[in-house]
Amino acid sequence: MADTSEEQQTKTKTAIWYDPTFRAIAFQVLAGIAIVWFFWYIFDNTLTNMEKRGITTGFGFLDNPAGFGILMSLIEYDETYSYGRTFFVGLLNTLLVSVLGVIFATTLGFLLGVARLSNNWLLAKVATIYVEVLRNIPLLLQIFFWYFAILLKNLPSPRQSMNLNDSVFLNARGLYGPAPVPTDGFFAVWIAFGLGVAAAVYVVRWAKKRQDEQGIQFPAYRSAMGLVIGLPLLVFFAMGMPMTLDYPALKGFNFQGGMRVIPELMALTWALSLYTASFIAEIVRAGIQGVTHGQTEAARAMGLRNGPTLRLVVIPQAMRIIIPPLTSQYLNLVKNSSLATAIGYPDLVAVFMGTTLNQTGQAVEVVGMTMAVYLTISLLISSFMNWYNKKMALVER
Amino acid sequence: MKRTLTIATGIAAAAMFASSAFAGTLEDVKKRGVLSCGVSQGLPGFSQPDDKNNWAGIDVDVCRAVAAAVLGDANKVSFKPLTAKERFTALQSGEIDMLSRNTTWTHTRDTSLGLNFAGVNYYDGQGFLVQKALGVKSALELDGASVCIQAGTTTELNLADYFTLNGMKYSSVVFDSSDQTREGFESGRCDILTSDQSQLYAIRSKMSDPSSAAVLPEVISKEPLGPVVRQGDDVWFNIVKWTLYAQVNAEEMGVTSANAADMKSSKNPNVQRLLGTSGDAGAKLGLGEDWAYNAITQVGNYGEMFDRNVGPDTPLAISRGLNALWSKGGLQYAPPVR
Repeated sequence: MADTSEEQQTKTKTAIWYDPTFRAIAFQVLAGIAIVWFFWYIFDNTLTNMEKRGITTGFGFLDNPAGFGILMSLIEYDETYSYGRTFFVGLLNTLLVSVLGVIFATTLGFLLGVARLSNNWLLAKVATIYVEVLRNIPLLLQIFFWYFAILLKNLPSPRQSMNLNDSVFLNARGLYGPAPVPTDGFFAVWIAFGLGVAAAVYVVRWAKKRQDEQGIQFPAYRSAMGLVIGLPLLVFFAMGMPMTLDYPALKGFNFQGGMRVIPELMALTWALSLYTASFIAEIVRAGIQGVTHGQTEAARAMGLRNGPTLRLVVIPQAMRIIIPPLTSQYLNLVKNSSLATAIGYPDLVAVFMGTTLNQTGQAVEVVGMTMAVYLTISLLISSFMNWYNKKMALVER
Repeated sequence: MKRTLTIATGIAAAAMFASSAFAGTLEDVKKRGVLSCGVSQGLPGFSQPDDKNNWAGIDVDVCRAVAAAVLGDANKVSFKPLTAKERFTALQSGEIDMLSRNTTWTHTRDTSLGLNFAGVNYYDGQGFLVQKALGVKSALELDGASVCIQAGTTTELNLADYFTLNGMKYSSVVFDSSDQTREGFESGRCDILTSDQSQLYAIRSKMSDPSSAAVLPEVISKEPLGPVVRQGDDVWFNIVKWTLYAQVNAEEMGVTSANAADMKSSKNPNVQRLLGTSGDAGAKLGLGEDWAYNAITQVGNYGEMFDRNVGPDTPLAISRGLNALWSKGGLQYAPPVR
C-alpha cells in the first residue's frame, strides 16, 4: 500500500515536461499550431489589406459572363459563358495536349532508347544525334521553331490549301478533315465494340492461363486486336454503314464544318513530344543497360531469339529502373505545356491565368486556382505511376 | 510567365508585410530621389528604349514630366518595362510609383483593382489591320475571320462585342507579346490583327513589308489611355493628374519648352499662376512653385510631347484628331489652374 502511494507520489512529483511521450506530443502540437497560425496570418492579412486597398476579393467573379472568345474548346463555349467555364475550357485543353504529348513522347522515347543500343551503326548514331540535339536546346525555342519557322512559314493560306481528295485540307489555319456524323443504327457498332473489348480480355486471360499450364503459345494480342477492331467494323458494314461524313468547305475566309486541328496544337504537341522523347530515350537506355548482361546470355542459352529476349527478359526488368524517372518526365511535360501561351494555344495558363486574370484583376484567386490544378494533375500522375511501379516491382517467388 | 508568378507572389507578400508603406508615395519618391515608372516593353511612339536604354515616347514623357515636377529633373526616372498582364499587379504591390503604359481607363479597372486613373494622355480607339490581299474594305466583311490579338488587353472583349453585335463569327488567336502577335499575322495565321489604332500603325511599321497591310476605317471602341496610380494616396494622385493638366494648359496658353522662361514675366495671370510667378499652386500640391515650369521646360507642353513622339513628322505619322485641344475640335481639355 505504502509502496504504491509512494510510487504515485514520485510520479506526480516528476514535472510533466520531463515525460518523453508528453514532450513528443506537446512539441508536435505546438509546431502544428504555429504552422496553422502562420498560414492563417498570411491569409487573413492578405484579405484585410486587399480590402483596405479596395481590391475586390472572393470567387464570385467565376459566375460572371466572360465575354471573350476562345480559339479551341473541347466543351461547348462561346462569349456568353461564365469565367468559371473558361477555367474548364483551359483545363481540358491543357489535359488534351498533355495526354497527346505523353503518348507520343513515350512511344518515340522507347523506340529511340532501344535504337541507341542497336547493333546497326547508322541507327544507333542517328538516335544519339537526335537525343543530343533535342535535349540540349531550350524547349521554348523549339516551340517557336516548329510553330513560326516550320508550320506558319510553310503552310499556305486557306485559299491555296493543300488538298487531299477534296476532303482533307491543310493550311495555316489548321488541318481540316471530314467529321463523322453517326446516323440511326450506329449504336450497334458501339455494342460490337464493347463485346469486342470483353472478348479480347477473355482471350488474353485464357491464352495466358493455357500457356502457364500447358506451355502452348497462342497469338493472343494479335487476335485481341482483331476482336477490338474487326468486330465493330464487321457490324458497321453489316448495318449498311450508318454514318455520314461532314466535309469541310471553304466559305468566306476559312473552312467551315468538318473536324479541325489547329496549328498551335500541332506545334505544341510536336515540340513537347520530341523534346521529352529525348529524355525518355536516355532513361530507357539506362534501364536496359541496367539489366546485367548475364540475363541476356541466360535467355540466349535457353534458346530465346532476339525479340523475345528483349520483350520477355530485359524490358520487364528494365521497367523497374525506368518507371520512377519516367514519372518525372511526365510531370515535366504537363508543366511544360504551360509554354502554350507563347504561341497562342489556349491552355489553362493562357486562357484562365491570362485573359480571365487580366479581365477580372483577381490575381490571388486565379493564380491560386491555377497552381492548385497543376498540383492536382501532378499528384494524380505521381500516384498512378507509383501504383504502376509497385505492380512492376520485383515479386519474390 | 515566371515574372507574372513572381509579381503575383510579390503582391501577396507585399500585401502581407507592407500595409502602411503606401500612404506617402510623394515622400517615398523624394527620399529615393528617383521616380519608378511602369511602361510598356517596347511600343514605338509610346514607350520604347533605344540601343543605349534611353526611353522615349509619349507615355515615357508623362513619367518624365512628373519627375521634373516632383524632383526638378526629368531624367530622374527609372523605367520598369511591364507586360500587359503584369502592369496592375506591379502598381498594386508598390513595385512602381505610377503606371504609364498605354492603359485603357475602364470601369472595372477604376473600381475593382484599387487604382485611380489620373487623366488621359492619348485618346485611342480599337481598329483592324488587314492583309491587303484579302481585298476587304470594311470591318463588316470580316465574318468568319481569324483574328490575331495580344493577351491581357481590353481588346479581346471589344472584339467579341463587335462581332456579336454585327452577327458575325470569328476565331481569335491570343499571343503573349506584341511581336509574336505581329509574326502570327504576317505569316498568315490570321486574316486580321486587332489592337488600338495607334498600335496598329506602330505594328505595321515593324512589318517586313508594311505596304502589304492596311488599317480599316472602323474604330470599334473608346480607348482613353492614361497614367494610373494607387487608390488611397490623394496627394500623389493630384500631382500626377495636375502635371498632365499643366502640360495641356501650357499648350492652350502658348507656353512651350522654348519660351517658358520668357513667359514667366507674362502679364497673363493664368500663365503667372501656372509658372509659379504668382499664387501658390505648387505648395497646394506639396511641391515647389516651379513644378509646372520644370515639367514644361524639360519635357514640353502636351502638343510638343505629341508631335515629338507620334505626330506627323514621326514614323507613326498620326494626326492630332481626337487629341487636339478642345478649342481646336479635339478632346484634350484641362481644368484651369486657379
